[in-house]
Amino acid sequence: MKNALAFLRNTWRGLTAMRTALTLLFLLALGALPGALLPQRSLNSLKVDEFITDNGWWGRLLDKGGFYAVYGSFWFSAIYVLLFVSLVGCLLPRLWEYFSQMRAKPVLTPRNLARMPHHAEAHTDRAVDDVITAARARLKGWRTVEREEADGARTISAERGYLRETGNLVFHFALLGLLVAFALGKMFGYEGQVIVQATGKQFCNSGVFNFDSFRPGLRVDGTQLTPFCVRVNDFHATYLHNGQAESFLANIDYQSGEDLDTGTWKPYPLEVNHPLRTAGDRLYLLGHGYTPKFTVTFPNGATRSAEVQWRPVDPITLLSEGATKFDPPQITDSEERRKNQLAVTGLLAPSAVFDGTLMSSNFPEARKPAVAVDVFRGDLGTDSGRGQSIFSIDQSMVDKGRLAKVARQNLEVGQEIKLDDGTVIRFDGVTDWVSLQVSHDPAQVYVLVFSMLMVAGLGVSLAIRRRRVWVRAVPQQDGRTFIEVGGLARTDQAGYGGEFTGLSRDLLSAEQDKES
Amino acid sequence: MPVNATLATYSDWMYNSAVGVYLLATFLYVYEQAFGRAPVKAKERDLVVAGGTGDQWKPGLVVPTKPERSRAERFGRMAVALTLLGVLFHVAALVLRGVATGRAPWGNMYEYGALLTLAAVVTFVVLMRSFPIRRLGGFVLVPVVILMFLGGTALYAPAAPVQPALQSYWLVIHVSVISISTGMLLVPGVASLLYLVKAANDRKPEKFAKFAGRLPSADTLDRLAYRSTVLAFPLFTIGIMFGAIWAEAAWGRFWGWDPKETVAFVSWVVYAAYLHARATAGWRGANAAWINTVGFLLTVFNLFFINLVTTGLHSYAGVG
Repeated sequence: MKNALAFLRNTWRGLTAMRTALTLLFLLALGALPGALLPQRSLNSLKVDEFITDNGWWGRLLDKGGFYAVYGSFWFSAIYVLLFVSLVGCLLPRLWEYFSQMRAKPVLTPRNLARMPHHAEAHTDRAVDDVITAARARLKGWRTVEREEADGARTISAERGYLRETGNLVFHFALLGLLVAFALGKMFGYEGQVIVQATGKQFCNSGVFNFDSFRPGLRVDGTQLTPFCVRVNDFHATYLHNGQAESFLANIDYQSGEDLDTGTWKPYPLEVNHPLRTAGDRLYLLGHGYTPKFTVTFPNGATRSAEVQWRPVDPITLLSEGATKFDPPQITDSEERRKNQLAVTGLLAPSAVFDGTLMSSNFPEARKPAVAVDVFRGDLGTDSGRGQSIFSIDQSMVDKGRLAKVARQNLEVGQEIKLDDGTVIRFDGVTDWVSLQVSHDPAQVYVLVFSMLMVAGLGVSLAIRRRRVWVRAVPQQDGRTFIEVGGLARTDQAGYGGEFTGLSRDLLSAEQDKES
Repeated sequence: MPVNATLATYSDWMYNSAVGVYLLATFLYVYEQAFGRAPVKAKERDLVVAGGTGDQWKPGLVVPTKPERSRAERFGRMAVALTLLGVLFHVAALVLRGVATGRAPWGNMYEYGALLTLAAVVTFVVLMRSFPIRRLGGFVLVPVVILMFLGGTALYAPAAPVQPALQSYWLVIHVSVISISTGMLLVPGVASLLYLVKAANDRKPEKFAKFAGRLPSADTLDRLAYRSTVLAFPLFTIGIMFGAIWAEAAWGRFWGWDPKETVAFVSWVVYAAYLHARATAGWRGANAAWINTVGFLLTVFNLFFINLVTTGLHSYAGVG
C-alpha cells in the first residue's frame, strides 16, 4: 500500500515536472509532423490508398500504426492527454501559490546588495528619512514595504510586475479551455457535403440521407440536424484571361426557423469567404462544375431527358467526367429492361478544342461546351443491389459482357448520336452545379474566446517582467547618508538594466534634482 | 481589377535594387566582422552595463576622446547606412506592387517572401539599437539575400489579381501578420545558431577559434534571441489565430490539419518549448538555443517544402 502510494506520488511528480512537460511538447511536435508529410484519410483518402499500394509492406505497417489518421491515433491522443494532465498538474500548485503571492509582502532587503545583478550606491548629505521619503515617492506604483534595521538604517523593499504571473496563468488556463472547447466541437459538430443543381433545385438540412457525404461528430447520430432549406437559383463565375478564377457567386434563397412554417424565402448571395450563417449552422460554397443535359428519343418515340452532375478532373480547365444513365421507358418486365439500359459516359469540355477527334478543354467557362462520349447499352447493374458511383459505369458489367459499347462520338450542343436500333441521343447543353457544405460546431465561439484570452495572457506575460528593487539608507558617523540600491529581475534579466539605471539614478540623486 | 504594368515594373526594379544594396551591405558587414578588432572587452563592458549605473555616473571617470575610426569600423557604419537604404527600396517595391495590383501586396510566394525578408531586416535594425550586434548584419543579410534572390527568380510571379478564396480582408491581416512574425523569427534563428558556435568555443577554445572570437558574447546572443522571440512569438500566435478565423469563413472549419496548419502548429509548439526551456534550470543556454534553431528550420521548411512539394489548401504559391 505504502509502495503503491509512493509510486503514484512519484509518477505524479514526474509527470508534472517541467522537463516532462518539455519532453511531451517535443513529442507533440514530432507526432504532429507525419500528418503534414504523409497523406491523411481525413483530407484525401484516395491518396492514402495510392500511397499504401505504392509502398507495399511498410505502407501497410504505417496504416496499422495510424499514420494516415495521425490526429485520431492512439499515440497522438496519448501524448496530448499526458500533456493535458501535466499542464493541469503544473497549473494547480501555481494557482495556489499565485493567490498567496498576491497577499505576500515584498521580501526582506538582502544584507549585501552589492551581490545583486543590478547595484548602485552613493553618499549624500540628506538625512535618512528624506532619502526614504523621496524613494517612496519615486517607487509609486510598486508594492513596497519599509523596514528598519538594527543599526538605524532604513530600507524599502519594492516589487512589481505581478501581472506577469496573472498573464501566464490566464494563458495556460485559456489553453486548457481551448482544448476542451475543441474536443466538444469534435463531439457535437458535424459536416456534410452535397451537390445541388444551380437551376432552382433545393436542398434541406433535414437528415443525413440528403447529403452526398456526411462526417458526424462522436455524439451525433444525424437525427437532430438544425432544419433549414436552401434553393440554388443560379451560379456565376468570372475568370481572368489565363483561366484563373476571379469570382464565384451562387444566388440562393433560404428559409430557417419561423420561415419554414410560413414558407418565406430569404435571398442570399453565397460566395467564397462569405458563408451563409443561419440557425447556428454555416453553409459554404465549396466548388462548382457542369451538368450536361442529354435527351434520348427511343425507337418507340418516347423521350427521356436527364441532368446529372459530372465531376471536374482538371481543376484549371474544368474538363469533367461522368456518366448519365437511362432506363428504357414503358418496359415493365425487369429482365427486358435490364437488357436495354443506356449510359452516356465520357468527358465534358466547357470550352472544347479538338485535335482531330481528340477533345480537350482550354478554358473553365462554358464558352463552347462539347462532350466526347461512349454509349453503353445493356445491364448497368443499378438493380444489382450494389452501390455504384454516379460518375462512372460499373466496369465489371462490361467485363462480364452484360454491358456493351455501342457508339463513340464527339457532340457539340444540339448534335445527336443515332444508335443502330434507331435510338437518338441529343446533347442539349450544360448547366451549373454547386457543391455546398453544411458545418455545425456549437463550441467554436468558445474556441475563439479562449484563443483571444490566450493571446492576451501571452502578451502580458511576455511583456511584463517581475522585478524587485531594494533601497537602503544607512546613517554614517559623519552625518551623511550612504544609499545603496539593488535590483533583481525574477524571471528574465534581459531588459531590466535600462529601467534599473534610470531608477537608481533618480533614487541616488534626488537631492540634486531638488536643489536645482 | 486591371494591373498597372508600369508601376509593377518599377516595383520589380525597386526589389532588385534592394537585393543589390543588401548584398553590398553584406560585404561591408562581413569585412568588419573579418578584419575589425575583435570585441575583446565585450565581457567587461557588459558587466559594467549590467552593474547598472553606467560609466557616466562614476565620479572622476575621464571619458577618453574618440579614437580615429578604423577602416573596418567605417565599413560597418556604411553597411548600416546601406541597410537602411535597402529597406527604403524594399518598402517601395512592396508599396508599388500593392498600388499596381490594387490589393495587399502579399498574395503569392514572391510577395510573401518580400514582406518576410523586410520584417527580418527591420527587426534586426531595430534590435541593433539596443544590442552591440552591428557585426552580425552579414549573418542576417545572407539568408535575406538568398531568400530574396530565390523569390525574385524561381518563385517570381507577375503582378496579378488573386483567386476567389484569397479575396478577403483576412488576406491583408492574416498573411501580413504571419509573414512579418516569420521574418522576425529569422533573427533569433540566426542568433541561436551563432550562440551555439560561441558556446562551443567558450567550452573548448580550439573550436571555431578564429570565427567565434569575433562574435558578441554568448550572453548577448542569448538575450538577443530571447528578446526577438518574445517579440515575434505572440505575433505568430495571433497570425495563426487570424488564419483559423479566416479558415472558418473560407474553408468551412477553423482548424483542419492542413499541412501548412500542421507545421505552423508544430513550430508554435517548438517556440513554446523554447520559452519554457529558457525558464527551466538545466535547459537554459545551449539546449534552448538548439530548440530555437529547430523552430527556425521548421519555419523555413514550412515556407518552402509545404508550399512547393505537398499539396494542401495553402498551395497558393503561384509557381508551377
